[in-house]
Amino acid sequence: MAILIDKDTRVLVTGLTGRIGSFHAKDMMAHGTNVVGGVTPGKGGTLHDGLPVFNTVKGAVAETGADLVICFVPPPFAADAIMEAADGGIRTCVCIADGIPAQDMIRVKRYMRRYRADRRMRLIGPNCAGIITPGQAFAGLMPPHIYRPGRVGIIGRSGTLGYEAASQMQARGIGVSTSVGIGGDPINGSSFRDILELFEADPDTDAVVMVGEIGGPQEADAAAYIRDHMTKPVAAYIAGLSAPKGRRMGHAGAIVSAFGESAQEKVEILEDAGVTIVPTPSAFGDTVAGMLAQPA
Amino acid sequence: MDIHEYQAKELLQKFGVGVPRGGIAYSPEQAMYRAHELSGERCVVKAQIHSGARGKAGGVRVCSCEKEVMEAASWMLGRKLVTHQTGPQGKLVSRLYVEEATDIRQEIYLGFVLDRKEERVVVVASAAGGMEIEEISANEPDSIIRSVVDPAVGMQNFQAREIAFQLDLDPALIPAAVKMITGCYRALRELDATMVEINPLVVTGAGEIVALDAKMAFDDNALFRRPDISELRDKSQEDPRETYAEDRGLSYIGLEGRIGCIVNGAGLAMATLDMIKMAGGEPANFLDVGGGASPDRVLMSFKAVLNDPNVEAILVNIFAGINRCDWIAEGVVRAVQELDLDVPLVVRLSGTNVAEGKRILDDSGLDIATADTLAEAAEAVVAAWKTSITAEEAV
Repeated sequence: MAILIDKDTRVLVTGLTGRIGSFHAKDMMAHGTNVVGGVTPGKGGTLHDGLPVFNTVKGAVAETGADLVICFVPPPFAADAIMEAADGGIRTCVCIADGIPAQDMIRVKRYMRRYRADRRMRLIGPNCAGIITPGQAFAGLMPPHIYRPGRVGIIGRSGTLGYEAASQMQARGIGVSTSVGIGGDPINGSSFRDILELFEADPDTDAVVMVGEIGGPQEADAAAYIRDHMTKPVAAYIAGLSAPKGRRMGHAGAIVSAFGESAQEKVEILEDAGVTIVPTPSAFGDTVAGMLAQPA
Repeated sequence: MDIHEYQAKELLQKFGVGVPRGGIAYSPEQAMYRAHELSGERCVVKAQIHSGARGKAGGVRVCSCEKEVMEAASWMLGRKLVTHQTGPQGKLVSRLYVEEATDIRQEIYLGFVLDRKEERVVVVASAAGGMEIEEISANEPDSIIRSVVDPAVGMQNFQAREIAFQLDLDPALIPAAVKMITGCYRALRELDATMVEINPLVVTGAGEIVALDAKMAFDDNALFRRPDISELRDKSQEDPRETYAEDRGLSYIGLEGRIGCIVNGAGLAMATLDMIKMAGGEPANFLDVGGGASPDRVLMSFKAVLNDPNVEAILVNIFAGINRCDWIAEGVVRAVQELDLDVPLVVRLSGTNVAEGKRILDDSGLDIATADTLAEAAEAVVAAWKTSITAEEAV
């Protein structure tokens, strides 16, 4: 099924009745996503665009069997909504909100540890564009037409830079198994390494493209995993070669504050781990094509 | 968001952190008055700027008479202090903090940060205070003590006690140190700070523990629920280009180059700057217009970019997902017309409604170069910039 989402995944939209949730829920359904309902406290029992609305995630899960939540709740309330999904028995939660306070995310990560690993929800994001298995389903706000179905996984912090990668690959006839936006926040749900593990185990994925950036330890952690455990080829681009040290470049997490966090250092660490480096942001297509053409 | 030393000290005091007596001054006369109020033998005049390493730049001076206070204050006020943290343009001193001089027996480093690997608050301490933490970790890495706080229960007294004993403090001082350390943690937690740094934390000759310097930074994403903290913002410490953009809700960072950039998405914006550099140019700014950008917002972005007198060419790079290329194009056309744009402009549109967007640019009859890919766009804007500055030099 590729990873995280396919045409059978039962998707619940929290914040469904808001302007943004409502718009993207329709787009998701128009592209084959199996949206089973929404949650807006106080509007339970009503219908919104033909979808049943529930007051609580638990109530929605009991009625619909939902297994994935796409969360369009605004940043001040998003942490609460994520924890509700975790407690409601949801398997995967994709959170779009850009601007969740860092201490809220610390609480969320701590809270999720109260569930045994086999029952623990997987959080994707926040501050991400979502996830898509092209030709099947998506949960997020990406333009689905730029993704061609195929066998290369994409993991990226940035939404639009991920689009850049996918469309360059499409132009070269290279398809995507699943594309996962892990988001640009300093404390996020899933790391590059977490998603690499899923792609490594996925029979529908042959290779992976990582789209990283300055700041934080996650690219270096990914490099160690790739070196020690990954059998599939990986290509990576790191944004922010020209970023000055100590400045936050848009994303809350895009700041170089320690050794190994600059783009140049991350590129070196990844290269040492055997990763194929995408040298410029317009070389995704060529680099991935070249990597796939090499004998394994 | 950063705040001044004196503001951080005021906040921390409310959490039980001891600080030397002092007062704020906006003029040399006020500084003298403050010194007089303190009535000690010596006092310290400290320039209030959003930067560390002020001492080396002349921003901290110990004075033993009113004349010296007057001289120090007159020298500092209105001056732009340059430290290795301010960049070459420096930061303007418009406030001074006049503090009683402290008799220092021992200097300690104490910092609290949100650690991205632990995904928790980490306390960092060292008996080698006074130096910057980067120097400490380079020169005396073994002196660094780390303690991770469980967010479910917060910092416990035993953790603070362990730190205090590892710092080799006099056993009689342990209770005061514990109060100080847990107080800093509570300040960070309850005020949504991302960083608290006390460097140095000082044991005085009289056996008291006080914060001689204090630095705090706050989570911009949490300011909506910390109105008292938001009020501490000092725009005189910001790059005016960034203040202009921030006041209009744009994510903008001023850089040193000549090519202005308007991009959607932080990652793509960073990649665009990289691409300009690879094509032989230098970016003047980072700007993310965000999702669903209206023509008005695009126009505003142009104003923010052109606010920088160094801008000699502009690149617009949009990969529209939730954005619409037709709205972006409308905004671009309006900007060129309403702002009488007189620098070369290259626009690259891709994604949602791209055909419509390109048609709007074509139909406008304006001199707007377009490109299909990021590489072409970067090369085109650098080439256009080089041609235009050569032409100007020829005139």
